[in-house]
Amino acid sequence: MSPHMTTWSFFSEHRDEIFGATLDHLTLVVIAMLIAILIGVPLGMFIVQRTALRTIALGIASIFQTIPSLALFGFLIPIPFIGGIGKRTAIVALVLYALLPILRNTYVGLTGIDPAVLEAAEAMGMTRAQILFRVRFPLALAVILAGIRTATIITIGVATIAAAIGAGGLGTFIFRGVALVSDALILAGAIPAALLALLADLLLGMLERKLKVT
Amino acid sequence: MNTKTALSSKKHIEFRDVSFHINDILKRLIVSRITLEVPEGETLVLLGRSGSGKTTLLKLINGLLMPMEGEVLVEGRSTRDWDLIRLRRGIGYVIQDAGLFPHFTVAENVGLVPRLEKWDRCRTAARVGELLNLVGLDPTEFADRRPRELSGGQRQRVGVARALAADPPILLMDEPFGALDPVTRAELQREFSALARRLGKTIVFVTHDLREALLLASRIVLLEAGRIVANAAPQEFLRLDHPEVRAFTSSLDVSPGASA
Repeated sequence: MSPHMTTWSFFSEHRDEIFGATLDHLTLVVIAMLIAILIGVPLGMFIVQRTALRTIALGIASIFQTIPSLALFGFLIPIPFIGGIGKRTAIVALVLYALLPILRNTYVGLTGIDPAVLEAAEAMGMTRAQILFRVRFPLALAVILAGIRTATIITIGVATIAAAIGAGGLGTFIFRGVALVSDALILAGAIPAALLALLADLLLGMLERKLKVT
Repeated sequence: MNTKTALSSKKHIEFRDVSFHINDILKRLIVSRITLEVPEGETLVLLGRSGSGKTTLLKLINGLLMPMEGEVLVEGRSTRDWDLIRLRRGIGYVIQDAGLFPHFTVAENVGLVPRLEKWDRCRTAARVGELLNLVGLDPTEFADRRPRELSGGQRQRVGVARALAADPPILLMDEPFGALDPVTRAELQREFSALARRLGKTIVFVTHDLREALLLASRIVLLEAGRIVANAAPQEFLRLDHPEVRAFTSSLDVSPGASA
């Protein structure tokens, strides 16, 4: 029997398990992304006019991004309340990873607007809040969404490593496959994860193009 | 006493010994000790080379900039004492790149200030139609377009309509026709000149084009390096004997072979 045949038969025999793990994986990613968006976008809006805070916020977010993901999961385990073994710790780590692209793109999108447009808005007697919500934010939306797209793809990948701290998901197959030297097991985790990433890229890319104003 | 209040109410905009410098170590002066009055209904043209301080003077009127010394009075009140949002809602502002909101339609751009002022939907829509007609754009054709679907001249027309939307008594214009091709520019200048006479608003218009200044102005103020060097009615202006005035009048000589 060829190795492809074994992979294929493994897939069909464990269809339900793979589907369940994919769903777990997706849940992990969606929860982490929602939290990251709810923190990143408002924080990005908040730091637009505050130079000192901006440097600090972007700096901290960049630091999280430089920590290898396996190490970050490890660091979080002993921390009380947010740490421990399981989904909660994994979500915290995923949020920390997703934060930088969202925060940075929100900031870049809000500041990269034609100065003539902002000058006109101010001169027409719009308040700061009106300029932020009615001019800057709608014009920045496509750029913010590009950040969310990048963050989503990163999160889908990093979430496979979350299996190392018992968070479940598609990483479970990969880690088991590495331990048992089984290509079929590794692929059972890797292929659905790759498909998820491609699908997310496609859908968010379509949304992004739709929101783009030129 | 009565004549005095009548006179002061006629001064729509007033600069009292106003200076403004860049707020850095060098404190380079942009405008220096400007004293100037703009009576109601006048079209005052601020003429000068690039960097002479014209735009700065304009932005001091609607409080985009605040004077470092002296004060700017609008309707008799210092811009420092105005609620800036209120002040700006009563002043139309047109700039070179039009600064239209790219995510709004033409109608939404023109109707912005009425919407901010909480006019009802019907009144805003009627006003938008009226203004588009006024600036020579057919509302049925243009109301739902986005700025990127307009030519430069059309965009500038929308910019003028937007500035007039809430019927502000003052209109500030910063080289509004500067980026247009010469034919379109001449067309808009002629139309705007007729429009300005009809509207009877107080207009402060910035340009570096003497021809434009002569066409539109009831008075021309010439700036050089942040100071006023001439202040005269258009016909009188051409006869003034100041080197900067001559520099501008000689720019009108374009007869073939007149110079190398």
